[in-house]
Amino acid sequence: MKAKQNPISRIGHGVIDGIWRLGVGTRFLMQVLWRSGLSWRRFQLIVREIYASGVLSLIIIVVSGLFVGMVLGLQGYQTLQTYGTEQSLGVLVALSLVRELGPVVAALLFASRAGSAITAEVGLMKTTEQLKAMEMMAVDPIARIIAPRFWGGVISMPLLAAIFSIVGVFGGYLIGVVLIGVDEGAFWSQMQAAVDVREDILNGVIKSVVFGFAITTIALFEGFDALPTAEGISRATTRTVVTSSLAILALDFVLTAFMFKGV
Amino acid sequence: MERAKLDFWVGLFVMAGFAALLGLALKVGNMTSFNTAQTYTVQADFDNIGSLKVRAPVKSAGVVVGRVSDIRFDNQNFEATVTLKLDAKYQFPKDTSAAIMTSGLLGEQFVALDPGGDVKNFTTGDKIKITQSAVVLENLISQFLYNKASDAPRTDAAQTPTQGTQP
Repeated sequence: MKAKQNPISRIGHGVIDGIWRLGVGTRFLMQVLWRSGLSWRRFQLIVREIYASGVLSLIIIVVSGLFVGMVLGLQGYQTLQTYGTEQSLGVLVALSLVRELGPVVAALLFASRAGSAITAEVGLMKTTEQLKAMEMMAVDPIARIIAPRFWGGVISMPLLAAIFSIVGVFGGYLIGVVLIGVDEGAFWSQMQAAVDVREDILNGVIKSVVFGFAITTIALFEGFDALPTAEGISRATTRTVVTSSLAILALDFVLTAFMFKGV
Repeated sequence: MERAKLDFWVGLFVMAGFAALLGLALKVGNMTSFNTAQTYTVQADFDNIGSLKVRAPVKSAGVVVGRVSDIRFDNQNFEATVTLKLDAKYQFPKDTSAAIMTSGLLGEQFVALDPGGDVKNFTTGDKIKITQSAVVLENLISQFLYNKASDAPRTDAAQTPTQGTQP
């Protein structure tokens, strides 16, 4: 039946489908927020999820942060050196990490490391009808399964982004000061003069909180909405990573346009 | 995983996260500077501010004593009104002069304050009377070229009589 549709109705079908999905996703998020009282009363549920999505993502975050910072140090030095301003290396490394790379790269890694795991877990629970079984026992699966994962992800994301940024700055310091020999005092003092706590660091934290909300919502919704088959789970996992990566980059653009328009 | 171990790791993770935030704020962002301290504002009119930006540093004797908080065009006297937010720790005499300078050849522009000798100090809302505008590179070059151009005919004029007498 779908093959017989003309191109115009196919576009319409896609648009209506997309909007419908967006609406269901938003209602899902509202339900999660509405029914998350239980997970805050039994805080141990959230702690377990912080371990799963936060602590277990630490290694990939720390290693990537270190390498991103070191690459920034090397590349930045190459460019700054031609203008004789290699003392500004600290500013370059710190501003790019705190404003953009920290939140965005940490969020991309978080989406592929923790988001996909959440989708696969919830999707498998749905496939094996564990969620239905809970409902039969009058346990609300959204309150018991979804909400703790949601809050675990939302709490973990800004912390991971902050760790990414500080490790990245340390990586830039390792390359710039220890290896290449940029003056240490200039490196730190120019960085401290240029980076503003409210303007740069707080905005980076706000970004990472927004990304945390977006990633966990997408991951949980895709898992909850997955077709209850093996193929359905694999598709849902893929969709989680693709959709949340695109959402991160789009949100990043919007947030940056709002935050740094005057500067 | 048993609960005690789980609690330990999550506690460590959360503490590391907050330590990273604190480290960013203190070591990278230097929160200890006067972002939260008491400030007072003074204004200064400039003919030309060059490429001075909001949040550019205000320096006196090379030390950062404040930031530019606002730049506006004054349609009454067709000058730029720059609002400076100065740290309340630093008081300046009323006849202090302000100049827009550039750090290095290509560096950022900042406002330099040169203290005067008045016994009274600035208070909020005061206006700096003596100002010096930013140096515009194009003006400098055109001035230099005009000087060159005005030099050149004089040598010609000095030479033409000698040429005229020869034949």
